Amino acid sequence: MSSVSPPPVDEPGGTPELRPVRLPRRWLLLALAVLVVVVLLAMVTGPAGLPLKSVLVEIVNQIPGVELDGGLSERDAAVLWKLRAPRIVLGMLVGGMLAIAGAGYQGVFRNPLADPYLLGVAAGAGLGATFAIVSGGNRVILPLAAFVGGIAGVAATYALGRSVGGRSTTSLILAGVAVAAFLTAVQTYVNQRNVDSLREVYGWILGRLLTAGWSEVLTVLPYIAISAGVLLAHRRLLDVLSVGHDEAGTLGVPAARVRLLVVLAATLGTAAAVAVSGLIGFVGIVVPHIVRMLAGTSYRIVLPLSALVGAAFLVSADLAARTMVSPGELPVGVVTAFIGAPFFTLVLRASRRVW
Amino acid sequence: MNGLVVSQVGVSLMGKLVVDDVTLTVPVGSWTTLVGPNGAGKSTLLRAVAGSVRHSGAIEFGEKPLAGMRSRERARMVAVVPQEATRPAGMTVLDYVLLGRTPYLPYLGVESAEDLAVADELLDTLELRDLAERPVMSLSGGEFQRAVLARALAQQAPLLLLDEPTSSLDLGHAQQVLELVDELRAERGLTVVSALHDLTTAGQFADHLVLLVDGGVAAQGKAQEVLTEELLSAHYGARVRILTDPEGGVVVVPLRGNSEGVSRGAG
Repeated sequence: MSSVSPPPVDEPGGTPELRPVRLPRRWLLLALAVLVVVVLLAMVTGPAGLPLKSVLVEIVNQIPGVELDGGLSERDAAVLWKLRAPRIVLGMLVGGMLAIAGAGYQGVFRNPLADPYLLGVAAGAGLGATFAIVSGGNRVILPLAAFVGGIAGVAATYALGRSVGGRSTTSLILAGVAVAAFLTAVQTYVNQRNVDSLREVYGWILGRLLTAGWSEVLTVLPYIAISAGVLLAHRRLLDVLSVGHDEAGTLGVPAARVRLLVVLAATLGTAAAVAVSGLIGFVGIVVPHIVRMLAGTSYRIVLPLSALVGAAFLVSADLAARTMVSPGELPVGVVTAFIGAPFFTLVLRASRRVW
Repeated sequence: MNGLVVSQVGVSLMGKLVVDDVTLTVPVGSWTTLVGPNGAGKSTLLRAVAGSVRHSGAIEFGEKPLAGMRSRERARMVAVVPQEATRPAGMTVLDYVLLGRTPYLPYLGVESAEDLAVADELLDTLELRDLAERPVMSLSGGEFQRAVLARALAQQAPLLLLDEPTSSLDLGHAQQVLELVDELRAERGLTVVSALHDLTTAGQFADHLVLLVDGGVAAQGKAQEVLTEELLSAHYGARVRILTDPEGGVVVVPLRGNSEGVSRGAG
């Protein structure tokens, strides 16, 4: 695919062009193409089968000033725009967010196993959601409770990590393990005392993309936009951090501050995603690794591509979740692990070690 | 003119005083080498100058205190060749050299044409041109050491710190790297401070030697003044003979057993 290689850089002295790392255009186009195909597939598939042509016409109709007749009944149009589209967009946002948050954590902790649920986010959000559900209150507070719980989990991890090990990465990760264990124990206790709501809590923990119109999308959009923006802006600094915090410091990077900013951004986005989707595992680990193995290890490649691939991955997993046992539904978290784990193993076997 | 001035510097690591009240001056454009037995505090002193560890006392370069500087500002002043530099997975030599431009980029910025030009020139200087697209993981020890040096030089800092720059190199590559540093020092007026294990080499390449023992300065001066049988026997517990090569250099020859000419063994 050399035909799409970028034009030569202007070089002083006319020496052969130097090409610093950049996002390879062919991978970008491929990821975009896959995302578009997956989204269209998800749009047409469901109990009410909608013809692809009509869906395409409906999408074009969204452009202001365009009025075409795709032949969809009012009911089908409502299915498309009030049921499927919000769910697909939410899947893209959550999937993309979990993937770049995972890449961000892996970058600052220089640890391939770091994932968005590290540092007590998942356990805190799970506890918050559990409280919201067992208190029998309004469902509207569930995302908020999960969000607050997730942030509180990370804050506790940070405080504990700083108090025992200063700025060391290992002590922070270990503190995350301790906080997660503690919060999970509290959650289990609360569940034991409220057996009647166990099923609902369990369903939330397994992760699902349930939407009521566009409200969930609008709720998470600002958090995810900020978080993704901050993470993407740090792509070069994450590359510098790959030489380690000490060396990065001698290269002029305030490593502790970069780590804090990236962790805050990744946590904010993760907590927002978890708040509306429950705990969807595996995306944050699998997606960045697949991108690394296929397209390159620089965060200038890993971050943007992970966002696209994560979005496509979760939308397809959700498509499988709602069609495999139709008319019922599987929790999408089960599907991400079920598809993701074997696929990940295949890619891992097929490619060289990148860590 | 005074380049690096280290005054009464101390460093504690895990409650242990590793560098204790060190004072030394390194004139601009000269090369000072720290020698001393394992654990003497050579690396830690370099790390203090680089700002990687907290220290007491004062460290100045060109009469500017380094301690209060922001990391960006300091990285334009001090460049470091670490003892065992990390090789980031998947990074090419060119991108690795460009890491050295970080202190000149805005916080969230990327490299400009000017930064590329700096890297471009260094690829020639350090004979890395043909390796530019290769991953640093695939380089030999000598090649990678040149890449690390290129990264440090890309910082365009007047003070260059080298922590055991030759520890993973064979004799020939070690000599090449040190000769290269010396040429660059002369050419660019760099002030160089290094830590070296090999005493003969240390004497050959430094204007000034500082013998560190238990975190303090045990002796300093020219090679002939520091590399003496008495001092090395006392502080290294080593049996050595000091020879002078025809060009006036000091050669430290380790001896075995009760060879004549050595008064005593480990002290």
